[in-house]
Amino acid sequence: MTEPVVEARVSAPASLTRNSWRSWNAATWAAVVVGALAALWVLVFARGTSAGAAIDEPGEFIVTLLDGLTFAGLLFVVASGFTLVFGLMRTVSMVHGSLFLLSAYVAIELQQSMVDKSRNIEPRDVGLLAWVLPLLLGAFVAALAGIAIHQFLLRWNQGQDLRQALITIAVSVILADQMLAHFGGLAKRVVWPGAVTHFFEIAGERYATSRLFMLAVAVVVGVLLWLWLNHTRMGIVIRAGVDDQAMVRALGINIGIVFAVTFFVGAFLAGLGGVMGASFAGAAPGTDGQWLLNSLIVVIVGGLGSIRGAVAGSLLYGMVLAFAPAYLPTQYTFYAIIFTFALLAVVLAVRPYGLFGKPT
Amino acid sequence: MRSPRNAVAAAALAVFVLMPIVGSDFFIAFVMTRAVMLGLAASTIVFLSSYGGMASLAQFLFVGVAGFMIGNAVGEGGTKGLKLGWNPWVGVLFALAVTAVLALGLGALASRTSGIYFLMLTLTYAVIGYYFFGQVTTFSGFGGITGIEPPALFHGHPLRFYYLCVTLSLVVYAVFRSLARSPFGLALQGVRDDPVRMASLGFNVALQRTIAFTIAGFVAGIAGVLNIWWNGQIDPTSISIGPTIDLLIVAVIGGIAHLEGAWLGAIVFVVANNYMRDLPLASTIGLTEARFNTVVGLIVLLIMVLSPDGLVGVILRIRSGVSGPAGGRSRTRAHVDSGGPTPITVSTQLTEGSTK
Repeated sequence: MTEPVVEARVSAPASLTRNSWRSWNAATWAAVVVGALAALWVLVFARGTSAGAAIDEPGEFIVTLLDGLTFAGLLFVVASGFTLVFGLMRTVSMVHGSLFLLSAYVAIELQQSMVDKSRNIEPRDVGLLAWVLPLLLGAFVAALAGIAIHQFLLRWNQGQDLRQALITIAVSVILADQMLAHFGGLAKRVVWPGAVTHFFEIAGERYATSRLFMLAVAVVVGVLLWLWLNHTRMGIVIRAGVDDQAMVRALGINIGIVFAVTFFVGAFLAGLGGVMGASFAGAAPGTDGQWLLNSLIVVIVGGLGSIRGAVAGSLLYGMVLAFAPAYLPTQYTFYAIIFTFALLAVVLAVRPYGLFGKPT
Repeated sequence: MRSPRNAVAAAALAVFVLMPIVGSDFFIAFVMTRAVMLGLAASTIVFLSSYGGMASLAQFLFVGVAGFMIGNAVGEGGTKGLKLGWNPWVGVLFALAVTAVLALGLGALASRTSGIYFLMLTLTYAVIGYYFFGQVTTFSGFGGITGIEPPALFHGHPLRFYYLCVTLSLVVYAVFRSLARSPFGLALQGVRDDPVRMASLGFNVALQRTIAFTIAGFVAGIAGVLNIWWNGQIDPTSISIGPTIDLLIVAVIGGIAHLEGAWLGAIVFVVANNYMRDLPLASTIGLTEARFNTVVGLIVLLIMVLSPDGLVGVILRIRSGVSGPAGGRSRTRAHVDSGGPTPITVSTQLTEGSTK
C-alpha cells in the first residue's frame, strides 16, 4: 500500500509541468527525497512511536490513514469555498473562519430546540433530520451573512485586494466579539445523528462511523460542487471568469450576479464545514481563527483559486496532521506542529504559489 | 529638511518627551509606555508595507519569539522553559540573534510571494508560532513563562523604562527613514513598485525582500524585548491570532503608508483600550471594555471604507484642504480618491522621496 502523502508530493509537480523527472530542480528533488524518507520511516522504522511501524501495526496505519482522509474531507469543504471566492474575485475572505463559527452556533441552537434539550444531548435523541436541518440552516445563515458582507463592503472596491482583506479582517474581529457576547465562551457542539454514531472494526481496530459519515458528506459536497462548476451554465461562467474576467464582461454577462452567487456559495461551504466541524470537534471562541488557519494552509499548499488545489492541499495537510503525531517518537509528539510548517516550507520551496496556483 | 513632516515628527517627539511632566505615573507607566512599545512593533509593519509592498502579519510573532527567548535565557527557578539563568544583557543579544535568524529564514521562504499571498503566508507563520510555543513545552507550553525581570538599570524605574522606549522608537524611526534614502531602500521601493523591471535591471528581488523582512523582524524583536521587560511574563495566548491582528489594526488606524502612523495608531488604540468605559454615554449603550473588539473592528472598518490612509491620511487631507493644492500634498488626495480598479495596496504609495 503506498503512502498517499508521498505519492501526491512526488506526482504533483511532474503532472503540473508535464515534464519528465529530468527537468526537476534541486528543490523538487529535495521535496521528493523528504517525502520518500517520511514514507520509509512510517513503513519500517517508526518503532517506539505511538502508532508503531506500519509493517508491524497495519491496523494503526489504516486508522491513521482514515483519520487523515476524513479530516481532509472536512478541510476540503471549508477550503473549497475560500478558494472559489478567491479564484473568481481575487478576494481573500478573512471572514471565512467567522462564517464557519457562526454557522456552527446557529446549528447548535437549532438542534437544541429541535430535540428540546439544551444540554446533555445524546446521539440517540438526534434523528437524521435533527442534524441535516441545522446543517442546512447554519450554512444558509452563513451564506446570507457572506452575501451581506459582499454586497455592502466588498462589491465597490473590487480589485483592491489588500483593502478587502483588511475589511474582512475587521468584520471577523467584530463577528468574533459579537458571537462571544451572544453565545458565550464555553465550547459547544452539534451532536451527530444517532444513526451514524457507532463503531466498526477494521484490521483489529475500532473506528467511529461518524468520521466516515463526515467524509461521505464531504464527498457529496465535492461532487455537487464539481457538477455545478462543470455542468451548469453558471459554473461555466465562473470558470471563464477565473480565467479572464474582462472577456466575460465583454461578452455581455452580468458578472455582478455571478460574483454574488459565488460569494454566497463560498460562505455556504464555510457554513457546511462549520456544522460538520462542530459535530466533529465542537465550537468555541477561537475556532474561527483555527479554521481560517486551516483554510489558509490548504490554499497555500494547493494554490489559491484552484479547486483541484483544494483537494490536493486538503489531502496533504490532512495526512500531515494525522501522521505527524502518530509516527513521531512518543516523547516528541508535541513537535507535530513543526510538520505543518515543514509541509508549507517544502511546497513553497518547490512552487511559491502552491501546487496548482498561478502568480497573482 | 524643513518639511512639514519633520515638523510634525519633532512636535510628536516633544510631546513624548515632555509627557511625564503632565501625565500621572499610571498614565506614563501603563498607557504611554505600552503605546510606544506597540508603536515600535507596528512601525515594522508600516516599514515593510510602505517601502517593500509587503503586508506582514508575522511581526507580532517576532515580538513573541524575542520575548520567549528572553524568558528561556534569563528565567531561573519557578519559571517554565529552559531556565538558563543568563545575564539579562546576554539574554537580549541571544533573543535578538534568534529573532533575526528566524526572520531571515521565514523571509527567504516568503520572499518569492507578494501581495495578498504574502499576507496569508505571514498570518500562517504567526498562528503556527502560537501553536509551536503552546505545544512545545520545552520552551513554554500554554502556561507561558512568568517572573522575568528587566536588568537592574530599569527594574523598578518606570520613567527610565519609558524613556528607553521613546529613545529606541526615535532611533528606529530615524533608521527607517534614512534606510528609505539608502541604495538598499531605493532598490526596495523599486521592488515594491515593479518587481519585474527591477529583476530585469539585475536586482535580486527576493533578496531585497528578505533583507527588509529580516530588518523588520529584528526591530520587532527589540519591541519584544521591551515588551517582556515591561510585562514580566509571556504566554502563547499573547501572540495568538487576536494580538497579531491587533498590531495590524494599530498600523491601519494610524495609516499603513506612513511611518509616523504606527505610533499615532498605537496611542489611539491603547488610550481607547484603557479609557473607553469613561466616555460619556458609553455604558448606557452597552459599550464596555468587554466589547472593545467590536469597537476596534468598527473603527478599522470605517477607516478602510472611508480613508484607507488611516489617521495620518485624514490629517494630511485636512492640511491639504486648508492650504489648497499648492500645499504639495496632492499625492495623498490622488491616492485616496482613486476609487477605480487600481488596487489601493500600499504599493501605489509614494514615500520618502516625494516629501522632501
